[in-house]
Amino acid sequence: MNWETFFDKWLPKMLDGAGLTLELVTIAVIAGLILAIPMGIARASSKPWVRSIPYAYIFFFRGTPLLLQLFMVYYGLSQFEAVRQSWAWTYLRDPYWCALLTMTLHTTAYIAEILRGAIQSVPSGEVEAARALGMSRVQSMLYIVLPRAARIGLPAYSNEVILMLKASAVVYTVTLLDIMGQAKTISARTYENEFFYIVAALLYLAITIGLTRIFRFIEHKLRVDMLQGR
Amino acid sequence: MRHYKKILLAAAATLAFGTQAIAADKIKLGTEGAYPPFNLIDASGAVVGFDLEIGQALCAKMGSECEVVTSDWDGIIPALNAKKFDMIIASMSITDERKQAVDFTEPYYTNKLQFIAPKSSDFDTEEASLKGKIIGAQRATIAGQWLEDNLADTVTIKLYDTQENAYLDLSSGRLDGVLGDKFVNWEWLKSEAGKDFEFKGDPVFENDKIGIAVRKGEDDLRNKLNQAIKDIVADGTYKKINDKYFPFSIY
Repeated sequence: MNWETFFDKWLPKMLDGAGLTLELVTIAVIAGLILAIPMGIARASSKPWVRSIPYAYIFFFRGTPLLLQLFMVYYGLSQFEAVRQSWAWTYLRDPYWCALLTMTLHTTAYIAEILRGAIQSVPSGEVEAARALGMSRVQSMLYIVLPRAARIGLPAYSNEVILMLKASAVVYTVTLLDIMGQAKTISARTYENEFFYIVAALLYLAITIGLTRIFRFIEHKLRVDMLQGR
Repeated sequence: MRHYKKILLAAAATLAFGTQAIAADKIKLGTEGAYPPFNLIDASGAVVGFDLEIGQALCAKMGSECEVVTSDWDGIIPALNAKKFDMIIASMSITDERKQAVDFTEPYYTNKLQFIAPKSSDFDTEEASLKGKIIGAQRATIAGQWLEDNLADTVTIKLYDTQENAYLDLSSGRLDGVLGDKFVNWEWLKSEAGKDFEFKGDPVFENDKIGIAVRKGEDDLRNKLNQAIKDIVADGTYKKINDKYFPFSIY
């Protein structure tokens, strides 16, 4: 390995790739969280018909691989003339939007289930106390259940973010030059596969460490450790 | 006890020499299997195509038994060097970059690179009119490399794992054009999916020599393959295979 070409030519490309990976994961997990909140609340409902609405969605997206979902969106939808003629094609033509859409839909399903679990773990005494104090259902959901559920679900959510970071490597298959895409493209020129896969691994590790730190900070701010199990 | 050791030693020796003899005869042929008409996997799951028939003819000439192994294209050279197979017959261009990683035989055919684009588009291969266009190619091929070396600042390059995925995106309209091997493009243009597309401009790169890759220093196998290539060209086997796939000579 020629270190000069590595630092001048290849490392900037790998860092570009890291930027794209980070961007995709960040947007997907934040959009996923927003979409998952109503879904998680519905899933935790005591009424069977409310519970069943998001069930099919979650069942599909948790039950099939992300790679398959990405291919269905990227290669599958583009086979239909109707899709190609519609306004959606402006976005679906671009692999970036396809990847973002698929990753968001995928992670939403997982986050919704994390939320359901968290909401159901809120001690029923606290909810009853809120209702006894005269809070409406909506008020007790907003002021008691969701803040408690956020703290209960946070460790699982941070886990999901890191899983998404690693799963995001599949986007290289639709021509995006994320960390994996850059590593593959560069090693196709240099035949230094092992070396660039190690560089890619180090970048993923560095991002994982960064994310872990951020979540530890949020957990500290929300005083998650003080509230667990009470 | 000593007697027992002798028997064991003899058994070990037979086993060692025995397997060596088998290993010497059986050659593993590595190919991609996603590059029609040169190498592809047919409906029954068998690997077929021009490369395969050439490979089988060469093995027959060398008197060796060959076993076909498929590999992803961008991992095919590392797989050769990791001894997953002993030679690559997969329409691989002989390039200086690859020569640093593997050794090549004499070429067994000559390829050209040419653009294809929709018939309806006014696609011109002049650099000025290519500006801003989205061009696809397979990753780790000389087409991809040619685009990176010559048009990196002019066009947006999209690299695909297989040639077939590049064609899928050309048909869906995500790509304005594809740069690829002329004969592979020719085969696709003949197919139902390629009927609305055509060659654009002259080949941008000619005299792209295609060879068989072997691990560095495996001169014995390389020399035998060189001789076998000469033999199948001389005795007409090559022409017979060529004519089955193309109405023109690609040697």
